[in-house]
Amino acid sequence: MSFLRAIAVTVMLAAAPVLLAGEIPPGERRSGYSFMGPDTRAMQDDDTSNPGMLFVLDGETLWTAKGGSAGKACADCHGDARETMKGVAARYPAFDKTLGRPVTLDQRINLCRANHQQATPLPYESRDLLALSAFVAHQSRGAAITAADDPQLKPFVEQGRALFMLRQGQLNLACANCHDDNYDKHLAGASVTQGQPTGYPLYRLEWQTLGSLERRLRSCMSGVRAQAYDYGAPELVALELYLMARARGMPMESPAVRP
Amino acid sequence: MASALINVPARAKRGDVVEIRTLTSHIMETGFRRTAAGDLVPRDIITSFTCRYNGTEIFRADLFPAIAANPYLSFFTVARESGKFEFEWIGDNGFVSTASASITVE
Repeated sequence: MSFLRAIAVTVMLAAAPVLLAGEIPPGERRSGYSFMGPDTRAMQDDDTSNPGMLFVLDGETLWTAKGGSAGKACADCHGDARETMKGVAARYPAFDKTLGRPVTLDQRINLCRANHQQATPLPYESRDLLALSAFVAHQSRGAAITAADDPQLKPFVEQGRALFMLRQGQLNLACANCHDDNYDKHLAGASVTQGQPTGYPLYRLEWQTLGSLERRLRSCMSGVRAQAYDYGAPELVALELYLMARARGMPMESPAVRP
Repeated sequence: MASALINVPARAKRGDVVEIRTLTSHIMETGFRRTAAGDLVPRDIITSFTCRYNGTEIFRADLFPAIAANPYLSFFTVARESGKFEFEWIGDNGFVSTASASITVE
């Protein structure tokens, strides 16, 4: 009997998926907002206390500022961002035909600068780049995330999903180990969230500034003692794309506030 | 690029206590941090904030290195007359930022 039981257990273990809990059903997805305390929620809800809005203000100024040797502003091609940029951030990272791969909103801004403004690209996490992407993302506030609808993105979403499930670093943890399997628990004083990227770029109180999703992903990687991918690396973009696909349909909150 | 977000009620009844909320853009570098090379990052903070109501100073605050980036200040005053609130932030390295907001008192 015990022999048979041993076989049964072995078969069950072999059949079990690598990650026991698996992915979050659509009805149980929650924004990081729902994991926060009332004070931080209040800070995000009021546009005059949300420090992310300072960056949106700066971005609005940059939108109409002429730049580069072409002497063109974003507004010269795109017009009023309130109309033209509505829902745009909700579908990024998006497929770029020339490059044949997905690009993030930050990368798109820099591609625009290089190709149409003949301006130097803004460094990742620089104030101007964050301000512009916050301003653009703010126009999508409340819009449902639609990233990854483009069929050309499928292999990249799969790559991102594989990276999300990949154990890495000295702690040998995959993103999924915390954000699929153990959300709602705590890591010391901090809530473990589902890692839904609904509010980027967002103001993190710990950072004392606005930051991109890539910065968030890189600090998670340092947290599991893994070597973080460089800003703009295809792996980070793929992860970002998978996260947005995973949050499909959830409303955008940019710029959000997080502890 | 210094910018500020101000929240003052657009209208109030005479004698009402109104809340004023201000948020301004500033890195508030403490002056205690060091770079990877060990050099001290020089202090760069806002040192003082004042609010004037139709020219009369109604609120003043001194700010110190332990205050977080993008300082948020909220305070109360009595709505006496229609007019203008003027805000001024002064800081290290000649930092000066101003903003204003109007109120109608009925």
